[in-house]
Amino acid sequence: MRKIFDIHGGVHPPENKVQSLSRGIESAGIPPVLVHPLSQHIGAPATPIVEVGQRVLKGQMIADAKGFVSAPVHASSSGTVSTIEHREIPHPSGLLARCIVIDTDGKDEWIELDPVEDYTALEKADLLHRIRDAGIAGMGGAGFPSAVKLSTRDDVVIDTLIINGTECEPYITADDILMRERADQIIAGVKILQHLIQPTKQTLIGVEDNKPEGIAALRAAAEGSNIEVVVFPTKYPSGGEKQLIQILTGREVPSGGLPADIGVVCQNIGTTVAIHRAVQYGEPLISRITTVTGEACSAPGNFEVLLGTPVDYLLKLGGFQQDQCIRLVMGGPMMGFTLRDTAVPVVKTTNCLLAPTQKELPPPPPAQACIRCGMCAEACPVSLLPQQMYWFARGKEYEKLEEHNLFDCIECGACSYACPSNIPLVQYYRASKAEIRKQQQEKVKSEHAKARFEARQIRIEREEAEKEARRKARQEAAKKKAAAGKDPIKAAQAKAAPAADPAQAAIEKAMAKRSGNAPEETNEEKLARLKKAVETAEKRLESATAKLKEAEAADAPNLGALQTAHERMTEKFAKAKEELQQFEQASTEAPSTGDPAADAIARAQAARAKNADKSPREKAEEQVASLEKRLSKSEQKLAEAKESGSETAEVLEQSTAKLRDKLDAARAELAQLSESEAPVAAAASTNDPAQLAIEKAMAAREAAAKLSPEDKAKKALESLEARVEKTRTKLAEAEESGADTVDVLRDTLAKLEDKLAEARKEAGVEG
Amino acid sequence: MALITVSSPHAHGPMSTATVMRLVLLATLPGVFALTYFFGFGTLTNILFAALLALGMEAAILKIRKRPIGFYLNDGSALVTAILLGIALPPASPWWILAVGILFSIVFAKHLYGGMGYNPFNPAMVGYVVLLISFPVQMTSWVAPIGNFDGSVLGPIDALVRTFSASSVDAVTAATPLDVLKQNNSLLIEDLWASNSQFGSLAGVGWEWANVGFLLGGLFLLYKRVFTWHAPISMLIALTLLSAIFYDGGSSASGGSPMFHLFSGATMLGAFFIVTDPVTSAVSNKGRIIYGACIGVLIYLIRVWGNYPDAVAFSVLLMNFAAPLLDHYTQPRTYGHKKKTLQKETD
Ligand code: SF4
Ligand code: SF4
Repeated sequence: MRKIFDIHGGVHPPENKVQSLSRGIESAGIPPVLVHPLSQHIGAPATPIVEVGQRVLKGQMIADAKGFVSAPVHASSSGTVSTIEHREIPHPSGLLARCIVIDTDGKDEWIELDPVEDYTALEKADLLHRIRDAGIAGMGGAGFPSAVKLSTRDDVVIDTLIINGTECEPYITADDILMRERADQIIAGVKILQHLIQPTKQTLIGVEDNKPEGIAALRAAAEGSNIEVVVFPTKYPSGGEKQLIQILTGREVPSGGLPADIGVVCQNIGTTVAIHRAVQYGEPLISRITTVTGEACSAPGNFEVLLGTPVDYLLKLGGFQQDQCIRLVMGGPMMGFTLRDTAVPVVKTTNCLLAPTQKELPPPPPAQACIRCGMCAEACPVSLLPQQMYWFARGKEYEKLEEHNLFDCIECGACSYACPSNIPLVQYYRASKAEIRKQQQEKVKSEHAKARFEARQIRIEREEAEKEARRKARQEAAKKKAAAGKDPIKAAQAKAAPAADPAQAAIEKAMAKRSGNAPEETNEEKLARLKKAVETAEKRLESATAKLKEAEAADAPNLGALQTAHERMTEKFAKAKEELQQFEQASTEAPSTGDPAADAIARAQAARAKNADKSPREKAEEQVASLEKRLSKSEQKLAEAKESGSETAEVLEQSTAKLRDKLDAARAELAQLSESEAPVAAAASTNDPAQLAIEKAMAAREAAAKLSPEDKAKKALESLEARVEKTRTKLAEAEESGADTVDVLRDTLAKLEDKLAEARKEAGVEG
Repeated sequence: MALITVSSPHAHGPMSTATVMRLVLLATLPGVFALTYFFGFGTLTNILFAALLALGMEAAILKIRKRPIGFYLNDGSALVTAILLGIALPPASPWWILAVGILFSIVFAKHLYGGMGYNPFNPAMVGYVVLLISFPVQMTSWVAPIGNFDGSVLGPIDALVRTFSASSVDAVTAATPLDVLKQNNSLLIEDLWASNSQFGSLAGVGWEWANVGFLLGGLFLLYKRVFTWHAPISMLIALTLLSAIFYDGGSSASGGSPMFHLFSGATMLGAFFIVTDPVTSAVSNKGRIIYGACIGVLIYLIRVWGNYPDAVAFSVLLMNFAAPLLDHYTQPRTYGHKKKTLQKETD
């Protein structure tokens, strides 16, 4: 026997499953109107690809996925698109969202399908693509796009594939009936998943022991395969993904992590059937099994419903008696949400319509004082302390709440169920979570503003200092020029000396600084390095995107932080790319002469020439213009998202706000520049750091020319020592703060140390 | 169509606070019956007057605090406090003792701390300890059990009369077995047993049966899952262990046998009706084990080496102090976390 692990807590609400199991699956037929919300899954809403008035066929894609975490929507019967508009959709918030409405023609005419004979011949990517195109999203209730969940990274080894047939919520029997009647399809789907995931150890189907018939059917269908049906005691909420994983493997998904982190992929049993149909027959997800039950239904049962079927149409089939019911629940009695209106459609995640009478599920009595009985803690499957969290939630002590792991709460409702004082605990947690998220977003925003302000302060100071330095340099250069009577640049080129020359070093250093480069790098090296930088940045960006996406899907608390990280990565990537481009351009413009000094100077000149005709004001204007464009675009997007009630609205709102701030800053800068236009223009010739560096270097070299060789060596040595010291401190700082410049700094330090050793040796020989 | 929108879960468990309180009241019956049988109607008059006073005071203070009276009275917590105090006090205590006890229980220990759920100390035990310290004479004169004197135990009328005029009906009082044991320093336990008619087969006459009664009630509550086993069982185990270690075969210096301790005084009442008070105990299971065990240890220490013959009230109050600390250090490890909540904290 396989070892079954127990989860902490749990409750045993009355199961109430027999009512809907008296009959087999029945077809709900074709309703006159189908309403397809564009957002039936977690992630970005799909984008409509049909027009009003267009005739569509059954299975035709009518809205395409938008972005990675998204799923397309298909027409579930043939007919004409009558409108695309905002309607109430089944969602806890009672939101309005965009829906494609189809008037069915009753012909139920299929689009041409693209079945696969032998899926084992397909590439993983191809299979995933098919699953994605079929619009499959987790059918257990969460609605996470399956293709996303199944695209595990190549470097992650999945040893266990778990199929969730727990169905621990009372009343719901959609999965149960599926097991009884379509076990073969389930197993066929699991085999596809096995092929896709290649679990190295085991494939398990977890089922609670209150479904003996379903278990028997599954076992029979799985006969001869390496798929194991594991049965465990009934307890709510064993069917939570994390709980099921714990029951079957004893492993715990780390907080904030994914099942893949512990080598597990988990899929709902209904989803496997959808995947089977999508791959084997090319059928997209257009129908599902929905349980219609509750005492206000005279004919409870399970129906195969076309997605988009209005709830009232389906309820009628279940013998719904309106006058007996004041609460209509989509989902189960523990985690389902109430519908305000029966006109909403059945969507991909609709596993149950529960129409209880008042007696069956009476309205909650007023909450009494908490008697600290601990029954809530006893019931919590996550080992939280619901009672303490309740006090903190009431006191709005959000930090304490987070310390008590509020965000690990799966909102299963076991605590509320058990509480003798009828305290709606989960409601408090939901509200607190929302509030904390809001605060985090605001904090990120204000931190950005602060960082921007500080950066500006620093920049202004630096500019002042630079101006001063330039002024001095200019004076000196003028003096030297008068003395030498030569063009300094030409002189510099002619005198291009060995690397030990401090002036040369200074030039290089200046150049290096300009491009964020380490000193003494050949062009090829630099090119390679830049290319690599672009690559790494790209990779990091990818991983940040993935993480962000996961976090969004999982509703993780660190969402805000991830968003910032993602943004930073995007910027870095762009910067790296730009640098590479610039460099490539520069190298073509000024082919290498073999002399690094000349190169550097040439490059500097080229860069200066390129920028010289642009005044800072022009630059600022350009920036403002581009920001304005971006802002208007993102505002537009935000409006759209808000309209459609999309989950991305929040994210968009944030980024729009950020853009707005940026634009404000840019505008302010521009205003400042306009004010100080005249002086800036006057100083334009010296406003360029490259020029400045060159001048400085010239000056230094002039000074060096007067020194004896010994002195020169000594000076070089000193300067090298100083540089090594400086780099060391910088490196230490970087290491401490975990900055990503650590590697570069380390390289630089090593090179400098080598050089120093050499210089020492030389000095030693000479002395 | 009017559909209501409410937040999940939509189902609710069978337990309600009022149910819990009713079950607790029900569970006291066997013990109360035994007390009445052996010590007369004094316990019942205690309970009756304590209950009336408690309800009256609760209603009054709710009114002063502008809270819905019916709603709160309905939770039954005042009643439970009153009945536990009534059981703990010497049978047929004078009315003013009861009044002072209830005043301190309901008004001071409960409502001045914010009412139900907010009180850090067990109200009944606060009332008891205040009385014990203020009126040591009345509080230690326990009527003698049946069979220990000629005549019958207090009837209902006698008990009532005694409640209202302490001097008019002279009930026979006797030292409790715990007292006797405490005073003893010359006799072997065996001889002590033989020479005192207060001792029965397990512990004291009457006391042993009252304890058995409360044990039964407690087991019933355990079965009904009103509380978990952790606190009461760990308290009983700690008491048993300590008394077994110091029993020394029954010398004159012996602290008494484990059986004696388990079935004497307020042991079982304490274990199943006081220690399990959810409001004032530790919350987590681990915390409750420690909480119960500490109470068991304290009971033994105070009984044998302290100044008071029985010690449940003091021990419970002392541990009420410690409960928040226990909660702090016994937070469970959350799913998916490596460390306990506390260890992540900076304070
Ligand atoms: S179950 Fe309810 S009354 Fe009991 S401790 Fe938890 S919140 Fe308080
Ligand atoms: S809702 Fe949250 S706190 Fe309550 S039992 Fe479920 S996981 Fe625990």
